[in-house]
Amino acid sequence: MLNEQGRPTTPVTANTAPNETFTANRGLQVEEPLLFEIGRHDVTGVDLPEPPRVESRLGRHKRLTPLDLPGLSEPEAVRHFVRLSQKNYAIDTGIYPLGSCTMKHNPRLNEKMARLPGFSDIHPLQPQSTVSGALELIAELGRWLLETTGMESVAMSPKAGAHGEACGMMAIKTAIEAAGEKRSTVLVPESAHGTNPATAALIGFNVVDIPARDDGSVDPEAVKSLLNDDVAGIMLTNPNTCGIFERDVVAIADAVHAAGGYFYADGANFNAIVGKVRPGDLGVDAMHINLHKTFSTPHGGGGPGAGPVVFSKRLATFAPVPFVRRTADDVEFIGTRREAGDSAQPFGRITAFHGQMGMFVRALAYILSHGSDGLRQASEDAVLNANYIRVGLRDLMGALFGDRPCMHEVLFDDSFLEGTGVSTLDFAKAMIDEGFHPMTMYFPLVVHGAMLIEPTESESKASLDLFIATLRDLVMRAQRGEAERFHQAPQLAPRRRLDETRAARTPKLRWEKPQPYSEAAE
Amino acid sequence: MRYLPHSDTDRSAMLARIGVGAVDELFVDVPEGMLLDQVLNLPRAKSEFEVEQVLGRMAAKNVAAGSVPFFVGAGSYRHHVPASVDHLIQRSEFLTSYTPYQPEVSQGTLQYLFEFQTQVANLTAMEVANASMYDGSTGTAEAVLMAHRLTRRRKSVLSGGLHPQYRAVIETVSKMAGDTVVALPADPTATEDLFAEIDEETSCVVVQSPSFYGHLIDLKPIAEKAHAVGALLVAVFTEAVALGAIEPPGAQDADIVVGEGQSIGNPLTFGGPYVGLFATRQKFIRQMPGRLCGETVDAEGRRGFVLTLSTREQHIRRDRATSNICTNSGLCCLAFTIHMTLLGETGLRRLAELNHANAVALAESLSAVPGVDVLNDTFFNEFTVRVPGDGAEVIEKLAEKGVLGGLPVSRLEPDKAELANLIVVAVTETNTDADRVAYAQALKEVL
Repeated sequence: MLNEQGRPTTPVTANTAPNETFTANRGLQVEEPLLFEIGRHDVTGVDLPEPPRVESRLGRHKRLTPLDLPGLSEPEAVRHFVRLSQKNYAIDTGIYPLGSCTMKHNPRLNEKMARLPGFSDIHPLQPQSTVSGALELIAELGRWLLETTGMESVAMSPKAGAHGEACGMMAIKTAIEAAGEKRSTVLVPESAHGTNPATAALIGFNVVDIPARDDGSVDPEAVKSLLNDDVAGIMLTNPNTCGIFERDVVAIADAVHAAGGYFYADGANFNAIVGKVRPGDLGVDAMHINLHKTFSTPHGGGGPGAGPVVFSKRLATFAPVPFVRRTADDVEFIGTRREAGDSAQPFGRITAFHGQMGMFVRALAYILSHGSDGLRQASEDAVLNANYIRVGLRDLMGALFGDRPCMHEVLFDDSFLEGTGVSTLDFAKAMIDEGFHPMTMYFPLVVHGAMLIEPTESESKASLDLFIATLRDLVMRAQRGEAERFHQAPQLAPRRRLDETRAARTPKLRWEKPQPYSEAAE
Repeated sequence: MRYLPHSDTDRSAMLARIGVGAVDELFVDVPEGMLLDQVLNLPRAKSEFEVEQVLGRMAAKNVAAGSVPFFVGAGSYRHHVPASVDHLIQRSEFLTSYTPYQPEVSQGTLQYLFEFQTQVANLTAMEVANASMYDGSTGTAEAVLMAHRLTRRRKSVLSGGLHPQYRAVIETVSKMAGDTVVALPADPTATEDLFAEIDEETSCVVVQSPSFYGHLIDLKPIAEKAHAVGALLVAVFTEAVALGAIEPPGAQDADIVVGEGQSIGNPLTFGGPYVGLFATRQKFIRQMPGRLCGETVDAEGRRGFVLTLSTREQHIRRDRATSNICTNSGLCCLAFTIHMTLLGETGLRRLAELNHANAVALAESLSAVPGVDVLNDTFFNEFTVRVPGDGAEVIEKLAEKGVLGGLPVSRLEPDKAELANLIVVAVTETNTDADRVAYAQALKEVL
């Protein structure tokens, strides 16, 4: 089975014997049952005092429906979750070169800071007089975000990148309506993250694709040909998802502005240019910043993220509460519409409370640790590392964009696998057996069988050298005709390839008690 | 810089290998004049202990909830989290991994997501749950959008017992999408007539129980009324512990259930990150937002887990996706799963009883204060009191006495004079008898 991107979703049958141990364990890899198979309904790992006797105020609402939540004692629970953790790859285990995802080191100081009771044990609605330090922290982070982007105000509450995109596009829609205009089209390059068109559609815009040039960049002439008085704006990622800095970005911004539109920048790749280029200087009107990418708050297996959105002068007054804005000689935190006064017209509220405070603390700890000099150095090292990989692999894996340097990530297509019988997916799975997490596969959609590698600044030269040498070896094996090895990969991971087709055809999304044989018989 | 592995020697060697003389030659595509030629004029790098000093000073200016008698709730609750929870979520393999796009090396994350989905489904008594949303408020807005897709209608009806900020999020999203919202007036006494607003154009009715004001609401008649006209019931809760004591929405015929899961496993952290719980009927899963983890087998026939039904999602469907969401609340839902595993149903029931009993005791103490009325007949661990005078002023005066006594409703509903003397008070297992006595005494003094 192939999915819509042409990626196989059903594995070939394995050619090796199944587990030979009695337990099915493989040394340190321990097979762990589901919690529901080992927990018991009368076990708890939390000791609580006897509740005082009172007259219930639950009325007729007392729970009669079974809970069916088995418990584990603390030693059992610790073992269960530690065993599960051992089935995961992580940055702390090795290079995690997912292009566009920015898997950099997560400093432990940041975890320690976020756990100070003055940050972790404060309530979003306790009196403002008791949280002045929290507001100061948000303002200070806002100041850094405004200074490094060259923008005017920053909405702090978006919960993740896609949420930030929605926030930015809502501000654009509001500004257009405030000007008495009606514009319903948003231009999005083919190479964009899927969240861009999904966000535009969510806010009620029609999406028009912009084709990419051969070098993966956007042609300002192509943009101009699509501009008219129905265009609300453009959503552009820069550096783009091919790892290339949009060299005509200023011309594109000028053209969009001249046509009365706005420039939304997807800030997913801001980590390549912090301290080197200010998006505000390029003509950006709104941009989200993934604190979990650029400023290293942990990805945590897929969240939580945080996606504050910076705004230009044109949009600054429409930022939803809460936000931080520039004043004559400083910045200020604005928590409510009332505090904003007449000088702002926030478009509304996109989440309860103030945003991802726990992530703000970590991001600010990262920023203060690096300082302006360290942030710039980190961007330079990220770009240096990606180019080092590009040069180390180009003779074997090709150079899509000639000798043009890349930014923080380098893109390959699958042309080097032509005729080998090995697909991008097979190649990625073989990397797992070598002890690496694969790169981003089949994205961006503008090249065939894409492989997008982002090493980040956290990798040492030795780590990159081993990574390059391993990929070179795999390419040569594929080209030598060792296709079977790739088809069978991974063989050394906690699981072989999983059947995604089966999972989607007959969705099993929760554990159910196994039925006795007699009832299960069909 | 302690986080950057390269020495200058490494950098020189790498630049030479690439074939450039300086790193700025790699930034050639940046338009003329846009490349900053020097470091921004901002503070320079700091050592670990310097950062600790700066942030430690900021933290010290805040009053930590655990340092005072504390009774603020309203969508975020201070519960005790077992030490092992925070220890386990800091395992490198959980903390520093990404979305499980390569399932062969992500079974740890995938299995706990499957366990999480099952726990949420059982807690809410629904058929299926997803792998979490950003938080309760954004999850509720997504539920409304999902109901619109399912019913092909575009009008939501919001109960006046819904958290005001949840209401604001739905109103903002709906305004942008051009959908209609009928929000009933604030309902501190649980006496509103929802039925009058439900008609043939209604896509969904959004009802919170326990309500923002703490009342327990009968969802079943509302579900019946909604279903009779082809509309759906979206049931909301902000205090997950309540479901250990009260009938779950799934047993009252709710179609979509959304809740804030912070109470289980996650600290207050000034409002985020939290974890949105989202559950529905099996037949609706293809219109569900967010990630889903499903069971399957690997090439050797062994059980394993993968992200599934991704054809709903933005990275495949782009502008036709069910939602633009591309993250969940991974680590927060792990914290939920671990804490819930430790509790088990025995612990959860006990925890819920303890919360309720403490709340009943406080309600009795406060209603004994002259001039103070408790508005609720029913409640779980949160209720509304009417004070003589301005609620916000009372809360400020209590804070001066070292008691954080709840949320003055006017803070979230500043333009409604009729709510100015109301305070929403929350009580959990962390409140002691001494806290309760201190609160009642302080309230007496400030009134």
